[in-house]
Amino acid sequence: MQKILIEKAKQLICDGKVARVLGWKKGEFCYDITPFMFTDVKDLEENFVFDDFCGANLSKYLIPYARKEGKTLVFLKPCDSYSFTQLINEHRIIKDSVYAVAIPCYGKADVDKIKAKGIEGILGIKPTSDRNGYAVSTLYGEETVARDDVLLEKCMSCKSKKHPTYDELLFEEGEVVEDCTRFDEVARIEAMTPEERFEFFRNELSRCIRCNACRNVCPACTCEKCVFDNADSGVENKAAANDFEDKLFHIIRAYHVAGRCTDCGECTRVCPQHIPLHLLNRKFIKDMNELYGDYMAGSSAEEKTPLTSYKLDDAEPSIVYQRGGDKK
Amino acid sequence: MQRIGVFVCHCGTNIASTVDVRVVAENLKSEPGVVFSAEYQYMCSEAGQKLIIDAIKEHNLGGIVVCSCSPRMHEATFRKTAAAAGLNPYMVEIANIREQCSWIHKDKITATQKAIVLGRAAIAKVNLNAPLKAGETPVTKRALVIGGGIAGIQTALDIAEAGFPVDIVEKNPTIGGKMTQIDKTFPTLDCAACILTPKMVDCAQNENIKIYSYSEVDAVTGFVGNFTVRIRRKARYVKEDICTGCGLCTEKCPQKKVPDEFNLGLSNRRAIYIPFAQAVPKVATIDPDYCTMLKSGKCGVCSKVCGVKAIDYTQKDEFVEEKYGAIVVATGFNPISVDKYDEFSYSKSADVVTSLEYERLMNAAGPTSGTLLRPSDLTHPKTIVFVQCVGSRCNDERGKSYCSKICCMYTAKHAMLTREKYPDTDVYVFYIDVRTPGKGFDEFYRRAVEEYGVHYIKGMVGKVIPHADGKLEVQAADLIANEQIIVNADMVVLAAAIEPDKSARSIGTMLTASMDTNDFFTEAHPKLRPVESPTAGIFLSGACQGPKDIPETVAQASAAAAKVIGVLAKNTLKGNPCVAHSDEQMCNGCSQCEKVCPYGAITYVEKEYRNFDRTTIVRRVAQVNEAVCQGCGACTVTCPSGAMDLKGFSTKQIMAEVDAICK
Repeated sequence: MQKILIEKAKQLICDGKVARVLGWKKGEFCYDITPFMFTDVKDLEENFVFDDFCGANLSKYLIPYARKEGKTLVFLKPCDSYSFTQLINEHRIIKDSVYAVAIPCYGKADVDKIKAKGIEGILGIKPTSDRNGYAVSTLYGEETVARDDVLLEKCMSCKSKKHPTYDELLFEEGEVVEDCTRFDEVARIEAMTPEERFEFFRNELSRCIRCNACRNVCPACTCEKCVFDNADSGVENKAAANDFEDKLFHIIRAYHVAGRCTDCGECTRVCPQHIPLHLLNRKFIKDMNELYGDYMAGSSAEEKTPLTSYKLDDAEPSIVYQRGGDKK
Repeated sequence: MQRIGVFVCHCGTNIASTVDVRVVAENLKSEPGVVFSAEYQYMCSEAGQKLIIDAIKEHNLGGIVVCSCSPRMHEATFRKTAAAAGLNPYMVEIANIREQCSWIHKDKITATQKAIVLGRAAIAKVNLNAPLKAGETPVTKRALVIGGGIAGIQTALDIAEAGFPVDIVEKNPTIGGKMTQIDKTFPTLDCAACILTPKMVDCAQNENIKIYSYSEVDAVTGFVGNFTVRIRRKARYVKEDICTGCGLCTEKCPQKKVPDEFNLGLSNRRAIYIPFAQAVPKVATIDPDYCTMLKSGKCGVCSKVCGVKAIDYTQKDEFVEEKYGAIVVATGFNPISVDKYDEFSYSKSADVVTSLEYERLMNAAGPTSGTLLRPSDLTHPKTIVFVQCVGSRCNDERGKSYCSKICCMYTAKHAMLTREKYPDTDVYVFYIDVRTPGKGFDEFYRRAVEEYGVHYIKGMVGKVIPHADGKLEVQAADLIANEQIIVNADMVVLAAAIEPDKSARSIGTMLTASMDTNDFFTEAHPKLRPVESPTAGIFLSGACQGPKDIPETVAQASAAAAKVIGVLAKNTLKGNPCVAHSDEQMCNGCSQCEKVCPYGAITYVEKEYRNFDRTTIVRRVAQVNEAVCQGCGACTVTCPSGAMDLKGFSTKQIMAEVDAICK
């Protein structure tokens, strides 16, 4: 597949249809793949990579190029395409400045999970012919792992294999995953007592080192000036004065992306402390689905979203009590 | 930092009895920026205001804090005071130490502490205040009245008389409302139709009044002086401008089994109908639920007999958009459903009726042409029992906790009229209390008892049991004689409680007009501003605000009209300078604020900015139209980056208040 993508990119550059190509670039190790803007064909041929370690969502990197001369070619996996559509809805990307090529995804691998199986010296990854596993080549020979054992968190409960927006489709188009299990874990946490729930999140978030990776990778976090970088906001990067500061950071972030989060799972993927940050966002999405009807940010070029529109039958604040919230 | 003056009001003993005002004034003296602090008995009095003016001048104050009642009460007063002393009126902050402190606390020490904290928060805010100047917006000189009952009619007529155009939106095919269904009116017993229908005709003929009958308000945007309202004109399948109201179609229509809502289902009408003879507009309407042509495409009789070809089966709902300067809500009331009161056997016996149904049975245009007959067997009832307070003053969830106010009087009227027309009838009224305040009301009730010999019995009816012989066994208590009594009645009339019309809730939401827990609209001030909603430009007329009889409704309707005329007579209205503005350096241009703005005040422009490296970049940024913005603040909380802020209520000011409270 990598070859086909490189060919496609080369052809579009040579035809003058696009000025640059947003893709994934090789790193020092085969799993150190970073999003990269290629402008040169030679660079593309040598360094462009697409394999099962390419979990990174590319859509956010288009923003600085929205008003640059010439179009940008981008390869979008289904979940990247949701973020891409949402960013168009928010006018952060201008659709006409992009040539979006939709590519399929069968789930991307989490290198940490592979390493945790004791596999070392990883040199490359390939899906097995039945796509139920990965053939991992290492310095010590090839190892086979079951696909479901090493998927990224976000791929384990994949919500859609369909691309809401694209200019060209390579390979086949998939469908929205109807029996997606992404809310199961949220439901489990909802069933806890408030004390247990607080303890759960306190424990998870206590590992936060405020590296800002989740914010920097998030395709919904695209503010010109983030409130956490704004000395005027009153919530600027504070030293953790107490153990609630980190929680506050994540709570504020969850609110800021509420209604706009496409559940791409990048926050959890990049967290060096393995905090399941997606749970906060999924709770919001689940609540919105229940209160305002099913809604998926980025699923279409929509005018109004549940949190920015108003209907007469919208939930009233008393819903908190009806759902058995704190009655104190 | 501002030079701040603090003025603590005693409000007589309202504040001073629970809050030690001297300690408050003394304590606030040491707050940052405060250069003057004083207390006085009535700060809003002329002497109190002079104290403020003198202090502003003498101490060269840049901002003042008045610790007094709610800003809803006197913020405007003190802003004027500040302006009179040459201070910008938006450099005034009110610390509410009455409603939010002295009135709700008993302990003087803690209340005093809280008053100091509230004062401290206001000082922290005023330190960050900036002078603001209000803009002006033009006023659309047209009013909208929602509801075409007697309240809406009177309001519309009065506004039209003053020379302003006014539109009535009525959801039914005709205007007139509940009063059209009433037979006689208390306490003078004149015929309701005789006094109402001339007013209906006046509405139709007045060139300043436009009636949108069979229409509903669909959406409202804007603000006082500049509302934009979308009106849905429901398809009546009859061309309103062509139909002459001859009524031939309503005679020929083969669908005869449609319950007539005008007679509360006591008689039938056709699928094409004119509600009653004096309807305005007198135009036929096809009921799509019953018309066989609309349902199955087979019939078309009305179209064939119509001489002017007014029938149009293909008609669709239409939308009209109109601009208004003020809106009057006159959505009226309905009797509650008495189905839940099984003990009165309303659903078991046709001879147990509600008072409004009884009204129809007495009316010449009613199902019995004015002869009082039992619905079950069309015989003259000889014994009639009236049950008061069915659902009124009720503490269970079947009814309403309030007094419906009109039932005592109309029941006295029914009892009196029945005895007048049929002297051989025995009439019993069971009551909890008889409440007859009002001009000529008590005399009226006394006449019913003394001249007409109506049996008034203090006590409630426990049960009504229909018997096979057609009699209704009424089991009741006589509290004065302290005994159980049984009356074998031919008819039982239930004085059902009244409740606001069901449409009120959605209209209240569209207008952002507040309502109480019973869905009655609340007034801006229960005593001093009884016909205004707290939402500027929205006025209240009639029973949508609370239970009312006709004289009160008409009085309130005219009062609402006077208030509307007060708005429409102005060419411009001073706007609110506390409006939103966007910090372009932070704005992402994401359009979220535009989506939540209820006033359409936000637009976007592409602007070129310089980067640090001297290159330039084009960005999409939000701009607020200050003349349209009402300062609701929805955009400020939606904006993810915090680029949107509200003048006079900036995030920083609010945070400073919170910090001052938590200090």
